[in-house]
Amino acid sequence: MNTSINAEQEFDMLLAHVQQLGRDLIRPIAIDVDRDARFPKEAFDAFKSCKLLSVYVPKAMGGMGLSITQVCKLCEILGGYCASTAMIFAMHQIQVACIVHHCEGSDFFQNFLRDLVREQYLLASATTELGVGGDLRSSQCAVQVTGDSFMLEKQAPVISYGAQADFILVTCRKNSDAMPSDQLQVLVDRRAAKLDPISTWDTLGFRGTCSSGFHLQSSGHVQQIQPVPFADILARTMHPVSHLVWGSLWLGLAQDAVAIARGTVRAAARKNPATPPISALRLTEVDEQLYNMRANVQMTLNDYQQKLLTNDSEAFEQFSYALGVNNLKLCSSELLVEIVSKTMMIVGIMGYKNDSPISLGRHLRDAYGAALMVNNDRIRNHNSTMQIMVRDGR
Amino acid sequence: MYASTIRDILTKHARLPHDVNTLTLTDDLYDNGLTSLSTVNIMLAIEDAFDIEFPDTKLNRKTFSSIESLVETVTELLNR
Repeated sequence: MNTSINAEQEFDMLLAHVQQLGRDLIRPIAIDVDRDARFPKEAFDAFKSCKLLSVYVPKAMGGMGLSITQVCKLCEILGGYCASTAMIFAMHQIQVACIVHHCEGSDFFQNFLRDLVREQYLLASATTELGVGGDLRSSQCAVQVTGDSFMLEKQAPVISYGAQADFILVTCRKNSDAMPSDQLQVLVDRRAAKLDPISTWDTLGFRGTCSSGFHLQSSGHVQQIQPVPFADILARTMHPVSHLVWGSLWLGLAQDAVAIARGTVRAAARKNPATPPISALRLTEVDEQLYNMRANVQMTLNDYQQKLLTNDSEAFEQFSYALGVNNLKLCSSELLVEIVSKTMMIVGIMGYKNDSPISLGRHLRDAYGAALMVNNDRIRNHNSTMQIMVRDGR
Repeated sequence: MYASTIRDILTKHARLPHDVNTLTLTDDLYDNGLTSLSTVNIMLAIEDAFDIEFPDTKLNRKTFSSIESLVETVTELLNR
């Protein structure tokens, strides 16, 4: 009992610290990060110094041992200060979760997690590939194993913060004879890799994620190949955790826009106490949508956390489960655009101006990215196939 | 017995690059090129052929991942 109270208090202290980092450091540099499409280095230096990059590593290996629910809470808070910073943090945690959940039997990966705690390595991911597009379950490149070592080359149209990461998890075919869907994931050490840029990242939003494309050439020891098929990692961890951490940071972004809108409604009410401002009606509408967005994230998160606790591995494989996770992504990303657009109507011209202290420009530009990163039409197309593969839906 | 009917269904609906008869009972069908769209057609064809309905607990990737697991599932559903 006492230990759980202590753990709770510890987490509350951590949240307070992250809020403070958000106010004092992340928000002030967010404008700069966005304008210059640069990596939020100051934020990540601060994260490393308080060991935030190993929050999901189990305590037994020196990490903070937080739950996915707690990691999502951190993403939500960060999303309210700078969505790019929150996105990099979230993507890193997805990769950590892939290793924590699926590499228990590998001494190499267990030691890697200890090193990650000590060195606060930043992990990136290279799943998409030129010629394959955004289909995660299909690779052209293949890992070439000779004796104890491997070589791997990939044309990756997107590797978010690839130039800043310490390690990159790369999907590929099991060998050069394998089918495109017969995939593994390899942990590539960036120091032992050559990354030649093949595309730039000058986008509307999420500019700080520095998601350029690279031609990646790497080599290393065969132990760096994850010991389970990528299909399992995707179903149980990468797919649900991605949509949960993203949904959480988008929620933080939406909440911040609504908070800005609420500020202007309050100011209007104060100026004219006799008549309630008309924008209050708009605010209450947008608050309903925010409520829905929060409920979507919370429901899917509770369900995932429960499945992890009961180790219900079969449930993750069900088509109905994948469908539900996709629904979270579709709903959240589209609600985000609607919410932020409506807050712009409430705030008015001061939200439209880029140089105003209550500008919503970055919020709106970031919001539009959510439906495109893993394109919603691709997900809907996939879901429409799976609808036939579901009997009762739950 | 069920395996040969399932092989016939896979030959017709799985759209694999290899001859289905070259696959062993335990070969992973997804690793051999099975797509989610083909999985739908296989499910519908198996339901029709054996006059069964897959419950949600069987509607997962594992069920459709090999001829062996399809045979096991069909056997289980027919014996209910």
